[in-house]
Amino acid sequence: MANRQRFVALLAILSLATAACGSGASPSPSVAPSTAASPAESAAASAAASPAPSPSEAAVENYPRAETLYTTGKQWGAPATWNPLDPNAAMGVVGLQYETLFMYDPLKDVYTPWLAESGTWDSAKTTYTIKVRQNVKWSDGSALTADDVAFTILLAKNPVVGSNLWQYVTDATATDASTVVVKFTNPAYQEWAQWLYNTPIVPKAVFEAKNNVDLFKFTNENGVGTGPYLYKTHADDRMVWVKNDNWWAKTALNLDVKPKYIVDIVNSSNNVALGQLIQGGLDLSNNFLPGIASIIAGGYGVTTYFPTVPYMLAGNTAVLVPNTLKKPLDDPAFRKALATAINVDDIVTKVYGNIVTKSDPTGLLPMFSKYVDTAQRDSLGFSFSTAKAKSMLAAAGYKVGSDGFVTNKDGSPLKLTLEVPDGWSDWMAAENSIAASAKLAGINIDPQHPDVNTVTADRNRVDAATAPKFDLIINNDVQIGNTPWTWYDYVFRQPLPYGAAENRNYEGYKNDAAWALVQKLDKTPVEDTAGMKTLTSQLQTIQLTDMPVIPLWYNGMWSQVNNSVWTNWPSDGGNHVLAATWNGYWQMGAVLMLTQITPVPAK
Amino acid sequence: MRRYFGRKLFTYTLTFFIAATIDWLIPRFMPGDPVAGLMAKQGGISPEGATALVQYYNNLFGLDRPIPEQFINFWASLLHGDLGRSVYGHGRPVTEAIMAAVPYTLALLIPAILLSWWAGNSFGALAARRKWLDSTVLPVGYILTATPYMWLGLVLAFVLGFSLRIFPLSGGYGFNLEPTLTWGFLTDLVAHWMMPFLSLFMVMFGGWAIGMRNMIIYELESDYSRYLEALGAPRGLVRKYAFRNAMLPQITGLALQLGVIVAGSLVTEIVFSYPGIGSLLFNAIKSEDYFLLQGIFLFIIVGVLLANFIVDIVYVIVDPRTRVGMRGGTA
Repeated sequence: MANRQRFVALLAILSLATAACGSGASPSPSVAPSTAASPAESAAASAAASPAPSPSEAAVENYPRAETLYTTGKQWGAPATWNPLDPNAAMGVVGLQYETLFMYDPLKDVYTPWLAESGTWDSAKTTYTIKVRQNVKWSDGSALTADDVAFTILLAKNPVVGSNLWQYVTDATATDASTVVVKFTNPAYQEWAQWLYNTPIVPKAVFEAKNNVDLFKFTNENGVGTGPYLYKTHADDRMVWVKNDNWWAKTALNLDVKPKYIVDIVNSSNNVALGQLIQGGLDLSNNFLPGIASIIAGGYGVTTYFPTVPYMLAGNTAVLVPNTLKKPLDDPAFRKALATAINVDDIVTKVYGNIVTKSDPTGLLPMFSKYVDTAQRDSLGFSFSTAKAKSMLAAAGYKVGSDGFVTNKDGSPLKLTLEVPDGWSDWMAAENSIAASAKLAGINIDPQHPDVNTVTADRNRVDAATAPKFDLIINNDVQIGNTPWTWYDYVFRQPLPYGAAENRNYEGYKNDAAWALVQKLDKTPVEDTAGMKTLTSQLQTIQLTDMPVIPLWYNGMWSQVNNSVWTNWPSDGGNHVLAATWNGYWQMGAVLMLTQITPVPAK
Repeated sequence: MRRYFGRKLFTYTLTFFIAATIDWLIPRFMPGDPVAGLMAKQGGISPEGATALVQYYNNLFGLDRPIPEQFINFWASLLHGDLGRSVYGHGRPVTEAIMAAVPYTLALLIPAILLSWWAGNSFGALAARRKWLDSTVLPVGYILTATPYMWLGLVLAFVLGFSLRIFPLSGGYGFNLEPTLTWGFLTDLVAHWMMPFLSLFMVMFGGWAIGMRNMIIYELESDYSRYLEALGAPRGLVRKYAFRNAMLPQITGLALQLGVIVAGSLVTEIVFSYPGIGSLLFNAIKSEDYFLLQGIFLFIIVGVLLANFIVDIVYVIVDPRTRVGMRGGTA
């Protein structure tokens, strides 16, 4: 009897505990059931872990929902450093907390002075004078001065910072409280322009003592910045910013950021992000969410930059990288035939459902279309044709073997591996599509998807002389930016980088003439559009003839927003700015998004 | 007594050394280079800068040293309580990352293990004597114990979290909250804790209940029980003896369970995005984080050894035969 009582007591305790905890989280408004299969399925799948900010009682909230912007997409691990010089700095450190001298708008190709009031070259174009904006205050109350700017330029001498600035800068001096004079020899104008809008200005008072080999050990939690937000708190799964009420741009530029808090949620998986977005727990998701078209149509209040195809702005070019140090990929004729054999339209429609667009044969992003020599592209460029690919292979001396696949020139069987990282579902589907269409032209491609570390290991050269292991990989390292030089530097870089530091010219293509043109392009002033066009046209001649890499499609600048709490988001119809939280995007105009969005009045 | 614990202590120290060495070795057999993986995530750095950064990282993580030296450094810093720096955490000290996750895991595991053990054993013992319980509720125990943690977690998440919306679906606490000692925060914390706890508790409960039920039946049918019964001892007394004897394997089972449970909490934490050791381990594996992996495994090793040691002590208390054995007698 005593035992049965104990058993009943146990059940009672359990049910009490359950009930008590249940009351802690009151149910949030239910999601309208969707008939569209894919979002409903995804939502169900993500039910496992969709962390809608728990809709607890209003009194409990530290960040009232109506004043808080929830974002996700940038952060793949716990926020660990707030040192703006460290490329791993948490979401928003550069852009929300630390700011740059200029802002660059890739949609309009315009540089706007930000912490600088102006920046001008002298007539010889070897001295650059920066006028530092007055009345800008660090968050500790002290004033931003020319000393801080000159110091930030000097910091680039520290090898840890990973800058090549001092290869062409010779001197940077603050001549008075608001003027910095930077002297150059043979200036790399394109890279300098990039530096101006990419490098956060840091307070000399804080960073001077840290400027040594251990610079990155300084994590700078709750640091001193000039930007519209201040560090609030962080946990392993979030980064929280709070509005800086003394932001200089309020008076200087009449700009005011609307959200009082920004909570950036560390990514767990894209499915989770989808669930959160649909439930309205997230305002902005910079994740790749498959099937976004049906979600937009599903009545969840989710929108994207374009209301219809292609939905997203182009963010980078996905290219097929052939290992040009291996046979038969060392043969330009084979590479061109391969490019001709791939049905990219099929990938765009079937794999991506038209949320991406086919790349220009030059690989330049749409924002750089003025640099495309269209006449030359139309005559030299490639377009999909299985029949043409077959005849190109035959003309180049690749015979078809008994199994229907082309063989090496020596008659040995030819089978190329194509690697993409496991779990990158869109790329995994794309590589199957590539293999299928190459097969029709007689090229045997074996699509593989090892884990991401293996792909990196197979891709990187051990040393400059040894060919890496891979045959074909897909890569999209070059992001949107201010100059086409970045793309050509990526394709033609010499000497060949190798080891863990390898981040360009994975294909191992060596062309001294092309590399000389790339360097010349770097040393062309950004205003000299005509000069840049001449050089890019010459580079395109080489690229389209030799086909060192095969441009496939433009990956989107994945960005989905929910309009239930915040609205007036960037869009094709309204505010033409980027809606992205990744590193480097805030200073490409995304910070303006925070000044444009408006809260939705509570119903 | 001293000899008994002396011998145990020696065994544990040896086990620890071997386990920690294997722990150090395993991540280094993984393909790929953690620094290359880290660099691959960082776009837009000039090649010169990238080279400098690679040097910096190799130095930071101590990977620029010869392998034997890395091993010696591992032990040297381990004895100083330093587990190195996390690659996944971009240089964050491993101890810090683990310490941030440990409270969540312990708060999940300790109540789940102890409560399920207590409840399972009580229920199993009860079931062995009540036909109606044995034939109705016990099959449920079989189903529960055969359920993978992850699957039960998904079912719970779907029913309690997604459809009924009783509990929040994931995370350690709401994204709109900061940790404070307030009623509101604590309720939210418990609400987030409930589903991962339940999924662990239910699976383990089933296992204990079945084990105990079988043990009791076995003991009740053994000679000493029959003898007691034949002597006319009250049923309650016989059951008391049977229960005590049936407890011993369950205590051993508890110690063993502690080792296995980490795997269970791993998938549970991933399913619920619960910020404990399991989630951390998952991320460490994904990013080839030698040091974080090492640190977590070390934590698990120490945990298992400690639990076993405690059970050894408990054994001395609950099993008179062990005490007799220590004094050199035979049971």
